[in-house]
Amino acid sequence: MGRWKSGRVVSTREETPSGRSIVLDVPGWGGNIAGQHVDVRLTAEDGYTATRSYSIASADGSDRIELAVDRLPDGEVSPFLVDVLAVGDELEVRGPLGGWFVWKPEQTEPVQLIAGGSGIVPIVAMIRAHAAAGSRARFELLYSVRTPSDVFFASELEGLTTTYGRTTVYTREVPTGWPVLPGRVTREVLAEHTIPASERPSVFVCGPTGFVEAIADWLVELGHDPARVKTERFGGT
Amino acid sequence: MTHVDGNVLAGTLSEIFEQDMTTAAGECAGCGHTAELAVALVYLSGAGTVVRCSTCGDVLFTIIDVDGHPRINLSGVALLRMP
Ligand SMILES: Cc1cc2nc3c(=O)[nH]c(=O)nc-3n(C[C@H](O)[C@H](O)[C@H](O)COP(=O)(O)OP(=O)(O)OC[C@H]3O[C@@H](n4cnc5c(N)ncnc54)[C@H](O)[C@@H]3O)c2cc1C
Ligand SMILES: [Zn+2]
Repeated sequence: MGRWKSGRVVSTREETPSGRSIVLDVPGWGGNIAGQHVDVRLTAEDGYTATRSYSIASADGSDRIELAVDRLPDGEVSPFLVDVLAVGDELEVRGPLGGWFVWKPEQTEPVQLIAGGSGIVPIVAMIRAHAAAGSRARFELLYSVRTPSDVFFASELEGLTTTYGRTTVYTREVPTGWPVLPGRVTREVLAEHTIPASERPSVFVCGPTGFVEAIADWLVELGHDPARVKTERFGGT
Repeated sequence: MTHVDGNVLAGTLSEIFEQDMTTAAGECAGCGHTAELAVALVYLSGAGTVVRCSTCGDVLFTIIDVDGHPRINLSGVALLRMP
């Protein structure tokens, strides 16, 4: 857990105009629970190090982990991971980390997933784990993205819609023929498109800090027990 | 500066405690509220990490790096219950 391990890049795939997924082979990893994250450490030639956390999109019990990273133009670490890192490169990783923002197949209560942008990454792990386990627990996703091309894991999320329900909210640009104008998730959208508090769902909210804060506050106003609302703030505004 | 969830501390704290501490319950010395570390507010910066109580905003603890070794000041935590 606390020890740094070496991961080798096995493959990468462009997911969105600003982000890509990265599969790492980490000998001795031994699997992880859906929702956990990994710390990634980069070391420059002069010994300077930078460490950042990344959620894990995979949850299959193997030594292979999949990450997905969105590039922040002025960022220190993400432009390297998205634009520079290549197949065969080695990366220091620590994990699997975190025992709180996780979903386990033995959970049977309804689950409301809410993701903003790259906040979909740990949520994808939960959707994959739920499908792989053949879980009958009700799963609903509310996914907020800027434009149709900003959807991470688009074809896989589409293919799994027999196992979970999904509402997508486009904030800047909608697909052709989409019935509503682009706009942010509001309290009303939340109330209309998520499992009501009366059904006592577990709620997982992940994305930029501002998005998570707004959603979490509204969920509590809508009657959800704060103890059932778990958040993973990615930072930013 | 923006903040993230206490969950982000899992890696750093596992260096010190050798187990996942994000589900440990910490009692705030300021307001007496007890919560899992995962829900604390964490402010990350190059200078170090500041962890605040999600109820009253008081500093629970700080972590700084001294020559590659984490140094942690726990003075805002009245009680820490291991998971
Ligand atoms: C538990 C956890 C899991 C995470 N999982 C993922 C993930 O799966 N995929 C992913 O792409 N990112 C994820 N992040 C965010 C990631 O850790 C980095 O913060 C992000 O990649 C930016 O790092 P950087 O070095 O490029 O930018 P920095 O050099 O750290 O920051 C550059 C500028 O961007 C701002 N900024 C920092 N973080 C963000 C942000 N998230 N959004 C907007 N602005 C920001 C800073 O305030 C600064 O002004 C996660 C964060 C946490 C805490
Ligand atoms: Zn307090």
